[in-house]
Amino acid sequence: MKVAPPPAGPVPYPPELSLELLTGMLRIRRLEEKSAEMYGAGKIRGFLHLYIGEEAVATGAVHALARDDNVVATYREHGHALLRGVPMGKIMAEMYGKREGCSRGRGGSMHLFDAAARFYGGNAIVGGGLPLAVGLGLATKLKDEKRVTACFFGEGAVAEGAFHESMNLAQLWRLPVAFFCENNLYAMGTALERSESQTDLCVKAAAFGMATLKVDGMDVVEVHEAAKRACAQVRAGEGPLFVEFQTYRFRAHSMFDPELYRDRSEVEQWKTRGPIHTFSARLKAQGELTEAQFLDLDRAVMREVDAAVAFAEAGTWEPVEDLARDLYTQP
Amino acid sequence: MITYREALRAGLHEALEKDSRVFLMGEDVGRYGGTYAVSKGMLEKFGPERVRDTPLSELAFVGAGIGAALGGMRPIVEVMTVNFSLLALDQIVNNAATLRHMSGGQLSVPLVIRMSSGAGRQLAAQHSHSFEAWYAHIPGIKVLAAATIDDARFMLGAALADPDPVVVFEYPALFETRGKLASDRVDISSAKIRRSGSKVTLVTYGASLPKALAAAEELDGEVVDLRVLRPLDMGTIMDSVRKTRRAVIVDEGWRSGGLAAEIMARIAEQAFYDLDAPLARVCTEEVPIPYARHLEEAALPQAEKIVRAVRGMLA
Repeated sequence: MKVAPPPAGPVPYPPELSLELLTGMLRIRRLEEKSAEMYGAGKIRGFLHLYIGEEAVATGAVHALARDDNVVATYREHGHALLRGVPMGKIMAEMYGKREGCSRGRGGSMHLFDAAARFYGGNAIVGGGLPLAVGLGLATKLKDEKRVTACFFGEGAVAEGAFHESMNLAQLWRLPVAFFCENNLYAMGTALERSESQTDLCVKAAAFGMATLKVDGMDVVEVHEAAKRACAQVRAGEGPLFVEFQTYRFRAHSMFDPELYRDRSEVEQWKTRGPIHTFSARLKAQGELTEAQFLDLDRAVMREVDAAVAFAEAGTWEPVEDLARDLYTQP
Repeated sequence: MITYREALRAGLHEALEKDSRVFLMGEDVGRYGGTYAVSKGMLEKFGPERVRDTPLSELAFVGAGIGAALGGMRPIVEVMTVNFSLLALDQIVNNAATLRHMSGGQLSVPLVIRMSSGAGRQLAAQHSHSFEAWYAHIPGIKVLAAATIDDARFMLGAALADPDPVVVFEYPALFETRGKLASDRVDISSAKIRRSGSKVTLVTYGASLPKALAAAEELDGEVVDLRVLRPLDMGTIMDSVRKTRRAVIVDEGWRSGGLAAEIMARIAEQAFYDLDAPLARVCTEEVPIPYARHLEEAALPQAEKIVRAVRGMLA
């Protein structure tokens, strides 16, 4: 596989925005590295799917959303939840299974929720979030609101009927949904070309008459620009839009994955395109970031991560008597 | 006097009229007037935004109903038959039923899914089945079966007032049934005694209710209409069983792993020593429902089969 050169060139943003994007990516990275460590320590169990390598997508895209937009995400959603405003401590506590977690410890890593942030999960059925996003978009339209529903899903979802049915409905009804496809090339261990007769995902979306964008998902600038464009179009009532973010997962699919399906060298090549070091290099090149500043930032992020771990450690277990609580609305 | 179908239509009409958050969505609910003509005239009255024809995409439009409910609407999703609902089962089981609990109580899915169920119209093996037990198996949803004119008329309104997802089963075999409305509302929490009797309790739901009532006439039987298949109102069942000391469950579902089995198990757990005879059940024969009338009739619970089962018990 031929991997494109690393993202380069000037960053066209005011320094505050650049710093915000860098911080966002770094917060996701450090949170997840710590999560992997805590997994190893037995503090986090179940499935843990890391987003490491893909941070530019959630960061650039979530920064393009307005405060009251909706987000629907997948089981690889720590970053989306974090940047949407779910406190890091509540995310870590959720992974610990603690009552102080953002889903009271009922969901774990794959099912982060925050109703106040309009963050609708955390869906672990591949493609399962797309119909929900269509419905959220339908509610917005029927209520005559201006909300965008951002629906994140991996390229594996395009093999599901839910993808095709949802794309058709969204376009047929001109619903305000931005379909953000994170194409990291592998559905677990199955490469795109081993599972799809048509590997150009935008062609699939275009078959529904939907507008599409294909974007380098390792470049936070490109991601942010595309997401802004998508949100503007969707918010203007011009119907849904499909954006393919081409990205790459540096870590295994989950903690149980020996990675038999790809070469180490491929991973190493993609790492040269890593979204954090390439972006910070660009900022340094244009004199907006020094190594000392980067290290300061990193230390600040690590303090937040440590505080999140402390919060999770100090958390409590939901009493077993509450097992059936919230199965139905309490009378 | 109105028919069961007219009662359903009146309930739907009232729901759309009463609350602007309510909308109806499903295959051929609008222009066509509804597969069973339940929503006839609604499109003209309420417009295409609120009486929304969908493509043949059960998975997506049921999921969209869940999403719209999350977004503050009160959707009524119609699935043409319970057989087709299997295409949407992922969204019902993995999203509608889980979201409140899995989010730690943050999310609410006030969605109503209506679907027709059961046999009796010679529609063969892909339009005639009874999967109520499958739905009743799932914690997180409520499951209703409308067997009377009053339930056909008022269950929908009660379901819409519920903040959690509710599946309402309607029965094409009963659509031509005529009757007078006896009330102006119904609850969706209790089973009801449809006929008092002393010799045996017949527990049933849905399209088997008239058959159980016919059998009870011959037997001095008491008939319990479950109405709510999840959560089950065991209190009403147990009160009746303790009175008659015998019970036969009449269930249009298949016998193996069915709703009848569940109810029998609970009666055995709770009232074993109050029984004068072993429990019995009359279920649908374990075959795909056939087309030919005589075969379809032979496959289903019938009044004569119920009478025979009870007489066997009394002998």
